[in-house]
Amino acid sequence: MNEALEAVIRLGIGAGVIMIALWLSLVLKGFDRKFAAWLQARYGPPLRQPFWDVFKLFQKENVVPERAVSWAFNGAPLMALVGSLVLVMFIPLGPVGGVVAGWMPVLEGYGDLILVVYLLAIPGLMMAIGGFASGSPLATVGAQREMVMMMSYEFPLAIVVLALAWRITNLSRGLESFSLKAIVENPLWGEVGILGIVGLALLFGVFFLIIPSELSKIPFDAPEAETEIGGGIIAEYSGTNLGLFYIADAVKTLAFLSLAVALFVPYNISPLLNVGGIGAYVLDLLFWLFKVEVLYFLAVTVIRVGAARLKIDKLSWLYLVPLSALAVVGSLLLYLDTL
Amino acid sequence: MAEAPPYPLNIGPIHPALKEPTQFKFVIDGEHIRETDFQPGFNHRGVEYLGMKRNPLQVLHLAERVCGICSAAHQYVFCRAVEHAADIVPTERGDYLRAIVAELERIHSHLLWAGVAGHELGFDSILHYTWKVREDVQDILEILCGNRVNYAYYIFGGVRRDISKEDIAKCRKILSNYRKIEDTVLSIFFSDPTIIHRTKDVGVLTHENAVKLCACGPLTRGAGVKKDIRFDWPHGAYGDMMDDFKVVTPETMGYHATGDVFSQIVVRIGELFESVRMTEWLLDNMPSGPITSEPNLSALLMAKLRMAEGEGVARVEAPRGEDIHYVRLKKNKMEIDSWKIRVPTYGNIMSWLTMFKDQQIADIPIIIASIDPCIGCMDRVTLVRDGSQAEVDWKVLHDMSIEKSRRLMR
Repeated sequence: MNEALEAVIRLGIGAGVIMIALWLSLVLKGFDRKFAAWLQARYGPPLRQPFWDVFKLFQKENVVPERAVSWAFNGAPLMALVGSLVLVMFIPLGPVGGVVAGWMPVLEGYGDLILVVYLLAIPGLMMAIGGFASGSPLATVGAQREMVMMMSYEFPLAIVVLALAWRITNLSRGLESFSLKAIVENPLWGEVGILGIVGLALLFGVFFLIIPSELSKIPFDAPEAETEIGGGIIAEYSGTNLGLFYIADAVKTLAFLSLAVALFVPYNISPLLNVGGIGAYVLDLLFWLFKVEVLYFLAVTVIRVGAARLKIDKLSWLYLVPLSALAVVGSLLLYLDTL
Repeated sequence: MAEAPPYPLNIGPIHPALKEPTQFKFVIDGEHIRETDFQPGFNHRGVEYLGMKRNPLQVLHLAERVCGICSAAHQYVFCRAVEHAADIVPTERGDYLRAIVAELERIHSHLLWAGVAGHELGFDSILHYTWKVREDVQDILEILCGNRVNYAYYIFGGVRRDISKEDIAKCRKILSNYRKIEDTVLSIFFSDPTIIHRTKDVGVLTHENAVKLCACGPLTRGAGVKKDIRFDWPHGAYGDMMDDFKVVTPETMGYHATGDVFSQIVVRIGELFESVRMTEWLLDNMPSGPITSEPNLSALLMAKLRMAEGEGVARVEAPRGEDIHYVRLKKNKMEIDSWKIRVPTYGNIMSWLTMFKDQQIADIPIIIASIDPCIGCMDRVTLVRDGSQAEVDWKVLHDMSIEKSRRLMR
């Protein structure tokens, strides 16, 4: 009976989290566009523009090309959104600790970092499937690029995650190795020596550069490349389907940035200011939002206004060779630190 | 999925990489281009035909509408062609003012191109920056001509509007702003690592091919061919400034002329600031006197143009390259008897086919943009059979061209 009750409560909270995640991700997208416009000396669209975009797209006609495989073509956007939303359930959206310590994230205890890494691949994979199903050469080129890009950045990403998980077990406090909760509650920066700090900084740097490519933003937007292949994967998409991809992208951005915050800067500000009770939680929540926005600004907005699009061969090489090497060096330093 | 590789990939007639309708047919193997074909003919407007139904003063306004960006160049060269046919000599001050507007147009056209190139590379910040600084030169053009595009500035024998002392001061002030941003612009285009990655060794037009394919404009100068009508065929005020200015090639900017897209960026950005200096030189050395040799328009039309008999050819260096107009006037005939335009893009399109060799899909937009194509100017013919576009081989086209030339020569 208790289990059933817990399931109902988790479902309720989950529904709430989905609503919050949808709203927050579109707001963050609005900030991204506004800040990018300011960096380019433009006025930029209003903050609520992403909401208008989504409402408009949902009203538009949903065109399915004649040569498309319609079930895959229509299913891909939906699955991409579902993948992003499930991802949100496993990543803490907000400060960990305080009032909701046991319930953050919603599905805490039902999945670990390995699952998160797999779920991260789902929206991209669905976009590739949708691209292949479009029956258009432009979308096919885009989908091929997406596959190449996923294979490239998943490798350094896996190294970073493995290194962190290994170091957590090495603390020998009986912590579960791949538990996100364990990593968040035991920030590694305070646990390691000087070599370990350098290693962690390297890993953070690699993770930082994976963010724009995981989110397919310029200079790593080869799969969509508007001027080259006319939107690539999404070249044939319109109406509701395009709207679903739009939301899926926004939610995935929020989830991935929250993951970065959780893995590398899971600190709260309330202990520093000596605030307690509910005030502490509000303060921590604002601080968490600030961390996510700063990371969004630095890793997505600044990079995307400051570079030209990279070619896919160069891009793949960048992740497979130098960044993977850096990640390995960082892991080695973490290991040397324990000796 | 589409067919197994190699498979066809059509870019155009409508595509984000193209600013005007035209079509490229590629055969793609993975990311690599194996074959290239080019099909124009989506934007034919019949400007020459319209011109042969109007008198030269009316065609003057039609000529500048051949191209929206290099409109002054077309008006300039048309004026010179008609002057050649009707033996009209422009005044000295008129020549200087003509050159000033032509150089200002080069500045705005190259800035526009730089923005488009940045956009094609996915670098939208460059687009916003260059188009913002382009507003300044548009302001000067507005001061001089009253218009930001389609200036209606040139007339047979000179120009339509004089420039006052106050306006010269305003122009100098705006031009000095360009001198201030020169270093910023050079550092953006010449040292940004992503731009270098996307443009070095991409779309190479060799020196040999540039000469063989009769390419023109910044495209050839990027390949190291010193070809610039302003210096090879000095006309108007350009004859006076031969000692102070030289043709801009990558070598004069301190780079190797490899003929790739990067060399073309170097040439265009170099020319941009060379044009700023030229405009300042022209303002400094402008002689006084009348701005046109025949201010009375009806006298010009009735006495000179209607009575003229003969052919005229003129060449002008438009921002995109050599622009040639041929005009024939007949005595006692108001309309132009024959008019032929050869726009710079027409000389450059054949270079595309060699530039696309062994490149990637990602290079397509910047290679298309690198010759600064103006499809609207270039489209001269559309073949329609049974309501849809038709294709003919070169032999049939050649015979049709000869036939049309004979018809025009009647």
